[in-house]
Amino acid sequence: MAEAAAEAERPPPRGPGTGRLLIGLGRRLWRWLTSMRTALILLFLLALAAIPGSLLPQRNLNADKVAQYFRDHPALAPWLDRASAFNVFASPWFSAIYLLLFVSLVGCLLPRLRAHIAAVLRVPPEAPSRLDRLPAHAGGVEVGGDPAAAAERLRILLRGKRFRVRVREQAGGGFTVSAEKGHLKETGNILFHFSLLTVLIAVALGSWYGYHADRLLIQGADQGFCNTLQQYDDYGLGARVSQAGMEPFCLQLNDFKATYQVSGEPSDFTASVSYTIGDGPAHPATIKVNEPLRLAKARVYLLGHGYAPVVRYTDRYGRSQTVVAAFPNQDSMLTSLGVVEFPDANIDPAKGFDPADKQQVAFTGTYIPTVSSDTSAVSAYPAERNPMLFLTPYRGDLGLDAGIPTSVYSLDEHQVETGRLNKVGDVIRLTPGGSATLDDGTKVEFLGTRPWITTTVRYDPGESLVLVGAVLLLVGLVVMLLGRRLRVWFRIPPSGPASAGALARSAYPGFAAEFESIVEEARKDVSSV
Amino acid sequence: MSALSNDLLVVAILGYALAMLASAAEYAFGNRGAVARVAVRQRELVGAAVGGSVASPAGDATPVAAVAPEAVAPAEDGPVRGGSEAARVAVWAGWTGAALTFVGWLAHVACLVTRGLAAGRVPWGNMYEFVLAATLVGATAWLVVMVRRPSIRPLGLFVTLTLVILLGVDGMRLYTNAGPLVPALNSYWLKIHVTAAITASGILLVGFVAAALTLVRTGYDAGRTRFPYTLGDRLPAADGLERLTFRLHAFAFPIWTFAIICGAIWAEAAWGRYWGWDPKETWAFIAWVIYAGYLHARATPSVKRTIATWIAVLGWAAMMINLFGVNLVISGMHSYAGVK
Repeated sequence: MAEAAAEAERPPPRGPGTGRLLIGLGRRLWRWLTSMRTALILLFLLALAAIPGSLLPQRNLNADKVAQYFRDHPALAPWLDRASAFNVFASPWFSAIYLLLFVSLVGCLLPRLRAHIAAVLRVPPEAPSRLDRLPAHAGGVEVGGDPAAAAERLRILLRGKRFRVRVREQAGGGFTVSAEKGHLKETGNILFHFSLLTVLIAVALGSWYGYHADRLLIQGADQGFCNTLQQYDDYGLGARVSQAGMEPFCLQLNDFKATYQVSGEPSDFTASVSYTIGDGPAHPATIKVNEPLRLAKARVYLLGHGYAPVVRYTDRYGRSQTVVAAFPNQDSMLTSLGVVEFPDANIDPAKGFDPADKQQVAFTGTYIPTVSSDTSAVSAYPAERNPMLFLTPYRGDLGLDAGIPTSVYSLDEHQVETGRLNKVGDVIRLTPGGSATLDDGTKVEFLGTRPWITTTVRYDPGESLVLVGAVLLLVGLVVMLLGRRLRVWFRIPPSGPASAGALARSAYPGFAAEFESIVEEARKDVSSV
Repeated sequence: MSALSNDLLVVAILGYALAMLASAAEYAFGNRGAVARVAVRQRELVGAAVGGSVASPAGDATPVAAVAPEAVAPAEDGPVRGGSEAARVAVWAGWTGAALTFVGWLAHVACLVTRGLAAGRVPWGNMYEFVLAATLVGATAWLVVMVRRPSIRPLGLFVTLTLVILLGVDGMRLYTNAGPLVPALNSYWLKIHVTAAITASGILLVGFVAAALTLVRTGYDAGRTRFPYTLGDRLPAADGLERLTFRLHAFAFPIWTFAIICGAIWAEAAWGRYWGWDPKETWAFIAWVIYAGYLHARATPSVKRTIATWIAVLGWAAMMINLFGVNLVISGMHSYAGVK
């Protein structure tokens, strides 16, 4: 009665405060994130998210194809671009998926690591009192002699099978032998998952401190380049990379040999180069498709090759100029299309450069290494068996003086359309060593070709760590898949036959057979003590 | 030599096709066959445990329920107790199927070897040869499984069906003349990376067949009656099939991981970067993630085994897209298919 009155007077209990609710929510969220089901969902999202990266052209792989996609799908492409569909693997949403996956991984594995260390440090547990309730059990193991000696025999037997064993003496003179093995499986599991983390960190390191750069290199000592950013056609630097950290090497292409099969398929490419590092002497080297040039902090790879015609133009004032122009390939037989430009042609030595009356000269050209017939526009074979250069002359304002960047492989169409640059003749056919005269008496000569190669220079300091991580990953995986967790117990009473039982952490095929074979050997061992 | 290789391909396809027909005969005539007996034995043991009478599968003439559990012979391939002519024909057809599979396998090996001799190099330099080699690994894996577990032999019908389809497509659509390697492939890594990829693909092929059959049998057990599930009454118990699926995938997954790692090492030597999200690399990664998901799902108690098996089937779909879609449809740096 008095308690009831006291109860009624006490203020009603308060519910959990907001802080508590948030903590509870956070804990539930964390537990959800680190559960294996969520890991499964995230794995699938990762696989799903990678699919558009393989179907749509990606900027880092082929910027030209992306540009082509923009031209082909003018309405759709900008929206896809906003969703980072042309740069999937660096996009925020892809990164979110794998970062969440790794958070889930670490959050799940740290407690497992703690539990695993604790389990490894523990001794095998005492035998259960009812061995016949275990999934595998056997009785009637005859003990011929002293229980202590039998227990010792069993201990040696099980140790030989790589079990950890603990023999305990029971009250009354009996013994139990507890054995367990299979901790390696969990070790492999943890090693595998942490190797994934290592790989991720190493990839991040590589992208921060590494760089790549591409360049087209024409044969000749006058065409060499050095490892400076301005000399590259295209480059990408990691966030922590600056020019100062890049290896100071210079490279020139001395010779390039390509051999082809009868069908025109390539059979070998070899580039002979020479390089210098800093102020050092020149070293010769060979670069092939699977054999890059490996310097201390950079590697140079051979990607493609083609022809660069050498053309000499003598203008109306008698000055001649020689230009080596790389022509990009159009097909596998190395039909090449390009442009040879002479922006300094036809400048009157008396008047000097006159912007109102530019008579710059350029030729659009097709170079065919092996002409099959005079009217064919494509090459029949990639090597120079029957070369011919087709040039179409243009004269006027090339549009190079405005300071706007243009392609070196094509004329500025705007200039042609507005009439500032005009075609001044029909197609000229030239064989190596041949020459022709234009309408104003000037001469153009085809001196031959030089080969060009495309190279990429790469540096990735995280590479070796990625390799180590990958190897450990594989080792952990194999150990994890092969390991079997098993506990075996023997109970040896003070007198009479012993009994045995076994328990597997998760059922695996061969569990029963393994237990049977252990018991068989135990019978043999223990009966003759 | 190249012509000999092509002739041997035809012999191999014929061998597998005839083996398939023989296995089909075993299926058609043999609801008394080894397959059903294993299936029936499982059900009868269950029935005896439950204490009820056992219903005979899919209403047929000869009653099966009359066979008491203890009386079912442990030798699953012997003649049926009180069996009919059809049953004996069925068992004989089954053994003929196995023998024909072996003959087809021999021709397949010879085909690959002569192709290698004709080209003067290891015979996996283009898509035609890749499919040839991967299907050979699958056929070998199947023969190994058959030797270790003879009761699984009738499933050869589905394995030979898959082999005939893949080899047929290979020969008719993907064929190219034997020739030397393009320079990009001319590296010792070809023997390591591509061999590992071929081995893993072949084993995953058999794993896919096992996964598909697990799903058919599980669906049949759950009471479905549409077409694929009607095959279920002739299949062994779902448990055994599911364990077989897991073991095949657990064996192949490290090999596939190794293939991807070797591919990355080779890519560094050839293209300058160990991973560039090239379409083939991406799809290999997608297949790896899906198979990792399968192993994960199987280790998660709250995920049903059927769902895990569907994931394995999805993984094979990714492998097929990786092989056919990426080689033929998408273009990337991996375009060594050689297919015109």
